[in-house]
Amino acid sequence: MTERMSDTLTSEETTDAAVPFYPMDRDAKCPFAPPPQMLKMNEAKPLSRVRIWDGSTPWLVTGYDVARELFADSRVSVDDRREGFPHWNEHMLATVHKRPRSVFTSDAEEHTRFRRMLSKPFTFKRVEGLRSAIQQVTDECIDDILASEKPADIVSKLALPVPTRVISEMLGVPYEDHEFFQHHANIGLARYATAEDGQKGAMGLAKYLTDLVKAKMENPSEDAVSDLAERVNAGEISVKEAAQLGTGLLIAGHETTANMIGIGVLALLENPDQAAALRDADDPKDIANAVEELMRYLSIIQNGQRRVAIEDIEIAGETIRAGEGIILDLAPANWDARMYPEPDKLDLSRDNAGQHLGFGYGRHQCVGQQLARAELQIVFHTLFRRIPTLQLAVPFEEVPFKHDRLAYGVYELPVTW
Amino acid sequence: MKVRVDQDKCVSSGQCVLNASDVFDQRDEDGVVVLLNENPPPDQSDNVRKAVAACPALAIEIEE
Repeated sequence: MTERMSDTLTSEETTDAAVPFYPMDRDAKCPFAPPPQMLKMNEAKPLSRVRIWDGSTPWLVTGYDVARELFADSRVSVDDRREGFPHWNEHMLATVHKRPRSVFTSDAEEHTRFRRMLSKPFTFKRVEGLRSAIQQVTDECIDDILASEKPADIVSKLALPVPTRVISEMLGVPYEDHEFFQHHANIGLARYATAEDGQKGAMGLAKYLTDLVKAKMENPSEDAVSDLAERVNAGEISVKEAAQLGTGLLIAGHETTANMIGIGVLALLENPDQAAALRDADDPKDIANAVEELMRYLSIIQNGQRRVAIEDIEIAGETIRAGEGIILDLAPANWDARMYPEPDKLDLSRDNAGQHLGFGYGRHQCVGQQLARAELQIVFHTLFRRIPTLQLAVPFEEVPFKHDRLAYGVYELPVTW
Repeated sequence: MKVRVDQDKCVSSGQCVLNASDVFDQRDEDGVVVLLNENPPPDQSDNVRKAVAACPALAIEIEE
């Protein structure tokens, strides 16, 4: 990769050599902060050119206002078959014509159709109805931690099992299979996936979901995969499309929330006054705001949301030409000091925390956001209530961060109490 | 305050119900917005403005 990059750089005009490479590294000493180079770029301009793995130079949006505007602009497409689309990696480019269209890669009416097929289990009221079940799973996991030897790993004992059990139940995926799908989801989420590795992960899960959809077409029950199977039976979508949508829900439904729990607990342990405020909070509104601020502060989706302009767009003094790639990076936007003064401060009572872009914005904003909110509110609050003496069991510098994953977080978090 | 919603634009995010559950609801089958009260009382105005700002699909319009 580096070799190819320098080849490309030397063959381009000298002015292009100044275009920084994306993605950028975080500072190992400030692992919660977005990459410092991105923050610096955002101080100068809310959008600028970057160079990505294939040598192309899409726009990187770092500013809050511009990100929000472009997320909601219908001239900005998520269709990754379009010329100029800035793919994540070689795997995504290599499979672009093999993957069925899904909620992630379709625009306008096609997108709305897919999205509405997925939305039923995630409405605000349905999720409210799940709170007692989420609370119970959370309490069981914490019982298990308290009964185990010290140190205990928050990631494997709490962060992963809570969202995985909840989404398995909602989708009708047997929880016994969690090791299989967690493993395959992991391969699929490698940030710099080669075509071969990515293919392995994607194929394993696609086959699993295809079999499940077929089984539910014969024997439906009350769950989201059965809903998709019903649509296949009705001729609305193909088995392949149903499996693709189910895979998306399964991966997004456990991996993202799990990462947010792991790194969120660490951020709270590093800010004990904030952890204490959350622990002592009784008003659900305060607990909710705390979770919004953690989402703003940590923006775990790294690698940028990828888009391509389908018409010329004038924005913030620049012109994005039709056919040019756009990368919207959530982390620098959520640390934009024009929107959030002292962005490096975790302030759980920040009054505009709820306007963060951690779930994205626009019509592709996270389908499962209300579920994620409920899970995070319950898990953080319950954990610090039940184990008020919780502390890190290793030096902070030894915590392993997921610099190489599409979703940022920690690989493990050993704690004691 | 007068409120209008565009169900064709709606992407079922639930942000309106999160911010103003007395004024908005979601259809059970697909989460699409349902307007419960197109003339909400003044004590709901702030919540409705928050819902407008939070709606990712720009599907809510208000006349003050």
